[in-house]
Amino acid sequence: MTVERQTMEVDIACVGFGPAMGGFLTTLSRAMVDENGLPLLESGVMPGMPLQLLCYERADDISFGVSGVVTRARSIRTSFPDLNLEEIPLVCPVCDEKVLYLLDPLGASRRSSGIRMMDTFAGMLSDKKTCSYELPYIPPFLSKHEGLVLSVGQFTQWAGSRLMASGLVQIWPGMPVSEPLIEQNRVVGIRLADQGANKDGTPASGFMPGMDIRAALTVVGDGPIGPVGQALDRHFGFPEGNHQREWAVGMKAVVELPENCQLKPGTVLHTIGYPEPEIFGFLYVYPDRVASLGIFVPSWFDSPVRASYRYLQHWMMHPAIWPNLEGGTLRSWGAKSLQESGKRGEPFLVGDGYARIGEGSGSTNVLTGSGLDEAWATGVQLAEGVAELLRSGKPFSRKNLEESYLVRRRDSWVEREGKEAEKARDGFQKGVLTGLIGMGLTGMTGGLLNLGGHISRPYERIPNLEDFCREKIAPAKVRELLKEAVTKGTSLSDTVMDQLGWPQIPLDGKLLISQQDALLMGGKVQAAPGYADHVVVIDPKLCDSCCPQLCVEICSGQALTYREGGGAPQFDREKCVHCGACIWNCTKPLEADGERCNIDFRAGAGGLHSAEN
Amino acid sequence: MDGGYHIVVCGSIVPDPLQTLAPVEGPTGPSLKNEMMLPAVLDPWAGHALYEAAHLAKNMPGSKVWLVSLGPKQKLQQLMMSIAQKVSFELVVLDGPAGGFTDPCEVASVLAGGIETIQGLDRSRLLLFGGCASASRDAGVTMQMVGEQLGITDQFLGVDELVVQPDGTLKILERSEGGQYQVSVCAAAPALLAWATGNLPEPPNNPQIGMANMRTVMPALQKALPAKVGAEGVSFLSVELPKQRRETRIVRDMPPDEIAREIVDWIKG
Repeated sequence: MTVERQTMEVDIACVGFGPAMGGFLTTLSRAMVDENGLPLLESGVMPGMPLQLLCYERADDISFGVSGVVTRARSIRTSFPDLNLEEIPLVCPVCDEKVLYLLDPLGASRRSSGIRMMDTFAGMLSDKKTCSYELPYIPPFLSKHEGLVLSVGQFTQWAGSRLMASGLVQIWPGMPVSEPLIEQNRVVGIRLADQGANKDGTPASGFMPGMDIRAALTVVGDGPIGPVGQALDRHFGFPEGNHQREWAVGMKAVVELPENCQLKPGTVLHTIGYPEPEIFGFLYVYPDRVASLGIFVPSWFDSPVRASYRYLQHWMMHPAIWPNLEGGTLRSWGAKSLQESGKRGEPFLVGDGYARIGEGSGSTNVLTGSGLDEAWATGVQLAEGVAELLRSGKPFSRKNLEESYLVRRRDSWVEREGKEAEKARDGFQKGVLTGLIGMGLTGMTGGLLNLGGHISRPYERIPNLEDFCREKIAPAKVRELLKEAVTKGTSLSDTVMDQLGWPQIPLDGKLLISQQDALLMGGKVQAAPGYADHVVVIDPKLCDSCCPQLCVEICSGQALTYREGGGAPQFDREKCVHCGACIWNCTKPLEADGERCNIDFRAGAGGLHSAEN
Repeated sequence: MDGGYHIVVCGSIVPDPLQTLAPVEGPTGPSLKNEMMLPAVLDPWAGHALYEAAHLAKNMPGSKVWLVSLGPKQKLQQLMMSIAQKVSFELVVLDGPAGGFTDPCEVASVLAGGIETIQGLDRSRLLLFGGCASASRDAGVTMQMVGEQLGITDQFLGVDELVVQPDGTLKILERSEGGQYQVSVCAAAPALLAWATGNLPEPPNNPQIGMANMRTVMPALQKALPAKVGAEGVSFLSVELPKQRRETRIVRDMPPDEIAREIVDWIKG
């Protein structure tokens, strides 16, 4: 059905407002006016007016989402040389750093012989009370000395407010972008998501087709799972040898620490070893007894029932962590997919009419585990290039963008350090111990020596459920648990964890709460009516033979659930936190494209609804 | 009506109702913990008033809508990112506190003063809209006082519907007790309507409206008039959150009657 759409013309259309877009718009807006505030760059679509620079953000506000980070903030500090940290809530200089190797006090986790050897060694030196071993030395590539702990949400809100106050940029939240507009391989703008639609996308009452926003330049900073970036990847492909096969879901919370907590603001704690060796953890302390904490569940954690929430709670209850948290209150919660392919996941960064920045452009450094400042830097680099092109009146062709933006990016520390880090995580394909050795090797030699290797697609790694459980759960019992979960629509990962020896979490209604309560009390998740479902199974027939359905188990918000009678899972968009874990956890590849699986993550409104993150 | 109406809507920010709110005692009295960090929305009742105003303006050629907003400038700026995409209006900003710990009479004075600065406002065509109460203070008296200060004696509260009749009179439905409506007919503007929820859905986001609004919204924010509003002379004896109990369970295939029975037992227990 052809839908008539309204069109609007702007000079530059931007997709997504995160750190990268913050860097882009901050830098470009400064180039738009002179020291007296008089415009320097005239609009090509509204002659006589300043450049029409519009940014569309999917979430209900620009600061939503949960993410505390620790960053050296080099590029950010360059952009704001007089940065007054007191202007930004939840920011603090790093004052103390620790890396803890956590032993398993419960004996429930799956540990290889190599990890058990590490446990033995660490056990001899460990603090018995906290069941952990503090690394006596933090290698330089992991150190965040002179860095900042900050809240991405509060930082983007601060940056966004400054931009809006300038009057030079328009930022529109609550406006998901459904796709790029491509004509003869040139990106000519974007299409906004339809409003007033049914779940299946068909028009409902009050249907308003998404407007086409045409622009000479489209800047795409919609993150690692953004639909516009994904559409560009599908259309233009990836450079030879590049792919996005490495992911993690970061599930995080902001916690009000108990009054007796001794942790100082600026404390940075990273953990390895527990609740599973594959799962890393972090805790960053802000001022006023607030902390950001969480875990990362990676795509090389080879479990057919991997899930995040209960693991997060077990991590919080570890003897090394819990004394700092007991009696605290959950303030917010959420989850997000992280693109961990880094430089290897870099798509085509420019083309006729478009440019990519931020995490979706492969800017994350997978050795240091840092992405915020790198993303900001890519935005700055693009803005400098764009300003140069605008001043010289040159069009936004691929060639011109290569010569203005790409040159800057390739010449920057982001590229240099990203290249060094490129193979840092390859060792994890073979196991945790190999991965840690590989990271160390890469880090200590500046990328000269690596434990490289073939990177499997996530679905290629997932074992059969019975094989996975065989050591502790008999196959017949596994089949029984599976049948029960599918019939009752309950979590299989929970029941498997019960059987594997993980104790029930003692819920206290304040900090340790049920996953649904976390969704509501922590994430304040909601979704406005009138939008189509944004998580869509591409070929439902493929789901008939999929059991257990890992997309259901990993779903951070329990928005995907087993369908009675089998088949494609059901999706409740009002619970979706837009983490995107479903797309890389699906175990059914498409016949036409082995890099892509059977779930499409489209433009959608709503999701996490908290700025305390 | 020839020439349409001049519709002035009073409405400001309230903390997003989904957030966890906690009162704290500060040097100037009670406030909300981390209020400046919490996302804000347009007060829901004022929001309905604004959408009704826009709907009326669209159907009455020559009409114009103003939004007069008392709140911290920085938070209002954030609010505009969502509201300004929905309906066309001209913004008047009064830079001051918007929390619930203020005196309605002071707020009304400031709002009335702000309205009086609107250039070209035709009092003979004035419809003053607002929410019947606010989600911050919920005094339920502010709009009446604004109206009084502006000399508007035709006042309607808890409004859900306004129809401009063929003869130009205004037929207004106000909520009254027992789920009923009082139907009034007002001969002409000026009139005050303090809205309940009305009957209109929230408008979708429209980029063209947003773009047009931003031309006036940003200058309005920059020209914001400072507003002295507080609760001087008032002492708050106590401030507390309503007590709540919470339990969340997900069930499948449970008959609605059984769910209802369980909820009733839980409430009684």
